[in-house]
Amino acid sequence: MKLVTAVIKPHQLDGVKEALQALGVAGLTVSEVQGYGRQKGHTEVYRGAEYTVEFLPKIRVEVLTDEIDVDKVVDAIVTAARTGKIGDGKVWVTAVEDVVRVRTGEHGLDAL
Amino acid sequence: MPEAPTIDTGNTAWLLVSSALVLLMTPGLALFYGGLNRSKGVLNMMMMSFSSIGLISILWLFYGFSVAFGDDVNGVWGNLGQYLGTKTFLAETDLWGETGIPLYVFMAFQMMFAIITVALISGSISDRAKFSGWLLFAFGWATLVYFPVAHMVWGGGFIGADIGALDFAGGTAVHINAGAAALALALVLGKRVGWPREGMKPHNVPMVALGTGLLWFGWFGFNAGSELTVDAITGIAFLNTQVCTAAAILGWIVVEWLRNGKPTLVGASSGAVAGLVAITPACAFVAPWAAVLLGLVAGAVCALAVGLKYRLGFDDSLDVVGVHFVGGWIGCLWIGLFGTSQISSLVANEGLFYGGGLAQLGAQALSALIVSVLSFVIAYALGFAIEKTIGFRVTQEAEVDGIDIAEHAESGYDLSPAGGGGGGGAFALAGIGTPSSKPTASVEEAEPVEEVEPAAPVEPAEPVSEKVAG
Repeated sequence: MKLVTAVIKPHQLDGVKEALQALGVAGLTVSEVQGYGRQKGHTEVYRGAEYTVEFLPKIRVEVLTDEIDVDKVVDAIVTAARTGKIGDGKVWVTAVEDVVRVRTGEHGLDAL
Repeated sequence: MPEAPTIDTGNTAWLLVSSALVLLMTPGLALFYGGLNRSKGVLNMMMMSFSSIGLISILWLFYGFSVAFGDDVNGVWGNLGQYLGTKTFLAETDLWGETGIPLYVFMAFQMMFAIITVALISGSISDRAKFSGWLLFAFGWATLVYFPVAHMVWGGGFIGADIGALDFAGGTAVHINAGAAALALALVLGKRVGWPREGMKPHNVPMVALGTGLLWFGWFGFNAGSELTVDAITGIAFLNTQVCTAAAILGWIVVEWLRNGKPTLVGASSGAVAGLVAITPACAFVAPWAAVLLGLVAGAVCALAVGLKYRLGFDDSLDVVGVHFVGGWIGCLWIGLFGTSQISSLVANEGLFYGGGLAQLGAQALSALIVSVLSFVIAYALGFAIEKTIGFRVTQEAEVDGIDIAEHAESGYDLSPAGGGGGGGAFALAGIGTPSSKPTASVEEAEPVEEVEPAAPVEPAEPVSEKVAG
């Protein structure tokens, strides 16, 4: 099993969700996060005083998937999240040792 | 035997409305200041305004009005015994001057001025003043400075009667007075921990705009109400209040646009307040075009003046000096430049640009200088005495953790499910037992009716910020 984690621009979330649903991925976890990459943050000005805001709002999407489907999931996210501009985000894949469904106690692929 | 004066119902009705409008300015100020403050001190900031309403109303009733508007004693204060403790009280025929307004109504109207003047000062000491110290200061400053200054300027004292300075609705008595005291307190209390290295940006800009709106709305009572009667002067005071404020928004945002490349809502709101401050003394003495010019100048100059604290190194947290002190001075001097008897017969000497020479300008400058020095010196001495006795500044720990919790045991916002949500945190801490909160993490769990669950991981959303590589 793999965990696909994507950090994307907030307004790309709907597209990513639809792309994953089209693949048959019915569940995902979404969280609001903050961070910066190469584009860094932005500057705000209040009454002439400048404040540097380093962390920009981003969305983190997490999907647990079978190893067989992992490339399709990654491709779907990358395609849907891409705007071509700086700050589009990153997607990475990590190995998952086990998954347990809380309601039933099932393990592994059965729990996905 | 002269006929007993009768109540003028029109004037009285307008002054009652104006009194309510002026009162509304203080909660408006609380929102304005509260929004400009950091979130961990928003309640303390607003408390300083609301406590002014509580404290000053009572002082005013018992002796403030007597000191300010009792018969002149020595040019500096009024006859304390005249209305002391409000006596058993006034007759139905006790009216204020020739206005046909019951004395009670005039007393209430002027009460609101005393309240907001004290509240204005608090903007310079946000996040670090002990609440007990603030109350003691408010009591002392109102007694020793505001009540006598109101007398000197409006109540028959030497600034109005002998120097001949004009202050229609409070440029000198309110804004310069409060601004000078704010500077003194900022110096006594010192800088906030981390200032100016750390950004201390406003935590709620829409709240700033809402506060500005309420201030502006109430300010019509402040300025147009100060005529006390309903006539053409009331009208021009109202009109000038509007156009000067409008122009000041433009003046401030033009400066921002040129300096920072972007016009801001905090700037527009601040510009509006600067314009309201500046037109206050002059609203009944200048032509509308001169009010527009005043707004442009006050907006632009105050926008530049708020940067002074960074250059000079004093932490006037919310720019009371840059907006009220500087704006008050500009408006006060404007009467000496553009005041004309064509607008109001109260203008004895024409302004400089109406061929009246420097007489009125000199009177205006002298009055502003006297009030600036008087207020600064007494506020500094009072603040210093409080700091050396009961202490005026909270501990560094309380300041860093947030003055709201330290001084008031409450917090402005509790949005985290872990914190009890909706303000339950304090009860939970005290063991009074609120139901444990349900996590509201944004988790979408697909649970089809049929027991078919495709890849559906559910992970608790982590509310922490994290660095994102990419």
